[in-house]
Amino acid sequence: MKEFALIFRTSTPTEPAPQLTPAQLQEMMTSWSNWMGGIAARDMLADGGHRLGIRESKTVAPGNVVTDGPYTEVKEFINGYIVVKTQSVEEAVEIAKACPMLFGGGKVEVRPLVAPDDNS
Amino acid sequence: MDLIPELYRKEYGKMVTVLCSRFGMAYMDIAEDIVSDTFLSAAETWGMKGVPSNPVAWLYTVARNNALNYLKHDKVFEKRIRKDLIQGGERSFEMDIDLSGQNITDSQLQMLFAICHPSIPAESQVSLALRVLCGFTIDEIAQALLTSKGNINKRLFRAKEKLRAEEVEIAFPEGSAIGARLDTVLVCLYLLFNEGYYSASVDKVLRKDFCFEAMRLTYLLLGYPPTGKPGVYALMALMCFQASRFDARIDDSGELVLYEEQDTSRWNQELIDRGSHFFVQASGRGEISKYHLEAAIAWWHTHHVAEREKWENILRLYNQLLILEYSPIAALNRAYAFFRVYGKEKAIVEAEGLQLSGNLFYHSLLGELYTGVDKERARQHFVQALALAGSEAERVVLERKLSNNC
Repeated sequence: MKEFALIFRTSTPTEPAPQLTPAQLQEMMTSWSNWMGGIAARDMLADGGHRLGIRESKTVAPGNVVTDGPYTEVKEFINGYIVVKTQSVEEAVEIAKACPMLFGGGKVEVRPLVAPDDNS
Repeated sequence: MDLIPELYRKEYGKMVTVLCSRFGMAYMDIAEDIVSDTFLSAAETWGMKGVPSNPVAWLYTVARNNALNYLKHDKVFEKRIRKDLIQGGERSFEMDIDLSGQNITDSQLQMLFAICHPSIPAESQVSLALRVLCGFTIDEIAQALLTSKGNINKRLFRAKEKLRAEEVEIAFPEGSAIGARLDTVLVCLYLLFNEGYYSASVDKVLRKDFCFEAMRLTYLLLGYPPTGKPGVYALMALMCFQASRFDARIDDSGELVLYEEQDTSRWNQELIDRGSHFFVQASGRGEISKYHLEAAIAWWHTHHVAEREKWENILRLYNQLLILEYSPIAALNRAYAFFRVYGKEKAIVEAEGLQLSGNLFYHSLLGELYTGVDKERARQHFVQALALAGSEAERVVLERKLSNNC
């Protein structure tokens, strides 16, 4: 078994967040719950991970440079992650393909966790 | 129940526990012998002279005297105990055997913590608790756990050896250790309850007794401040909700009644209300254990609400439960809830992804899901499930489904 982080990327919050109706919000919660639950039901969830907030985030650069907000490049920022355990990267990719992130305009980055005996 | 069996069930464990906590874990067999002798005297004396007005007090007095006699007459035991007691800073040999209600409760709790020592396998913890704390006979334990008396004896023997070897003390764990040990205790009580609830044994009264004993011990934990934790309240709530359906899920001929077909008027409303009461006390303290989630699932099962709302909530709770801790049975139950919300076709995909081939419930679930979708596959899964079924009650349900499918 190998472990892969699934990192959720989304575009910068320059444009105001779309106003979702309560029904849409409920649906969003349900799809995340079912996606995570489905991974866990196959015993492939290594770490439930976290969502990462925007408010109160800062980026610290050399020379005491502190800027507001998360570190972004190409107008993308990370807003959460989970860790899955699978036989292969392909299997991790299959899991990522069903991630609700993709249906809200985001992307999922699949990255192996580096194990002690692995220097890649 | 007849007088002596009832007293045996209620008092054997208490007396053994008190004696054992006084003598030390190493002398558990002696404590058991003394209590067995006490019941033998009771049977003879009461048979000849009639039952005393307070049989429990009689038993306690005789057990106490038997224990003190044993101490005086058994030289080997005397030496060991005397030495231990003197080392323990206690010089008086006229030891007291305190059979007051408070000391019984304390001893039982301490024994529960001792039995749930990490060096003892979970199944042995359950057997020991059933024997020593709850006073079930070896016959009864073997019958409910569907194994032989020899197996139970072996299990108990090894567990006692281990407790001796590890020099486990019958005492409350100190400070922070109590939290870690409490987790093991809760697993043991949860298993004890489930042994009664899900046992395929035909003896319904015995199975119910297992459940109520698990609830009694959990209730003792709630009464002791260091262990009156949210997770313990949640486990107690879970047990109440489950137990409320005990009479509805087994019909008068001993057959399993599926949840969908249960006569809800046979659900025990008093237990449901008690469960809700414990659940409120378990909540709002920021801690969510797997017992909270399972209790919440059981709550939805015991309440009359619209099907859609019920199953959406149950599915969400199973998602949470699995994210917290994987178990095959939770994964299968989640797949069933998925079917109730999203229909068979989608649930088949979820269920097959679980890869639990060779698991009875996996095949019976897929048989159920394929029924009305793919007759041949449904049949294959039911046949596989039948081959794995361990009890007559399970076989009856599966055979009925198989014949309905064809």
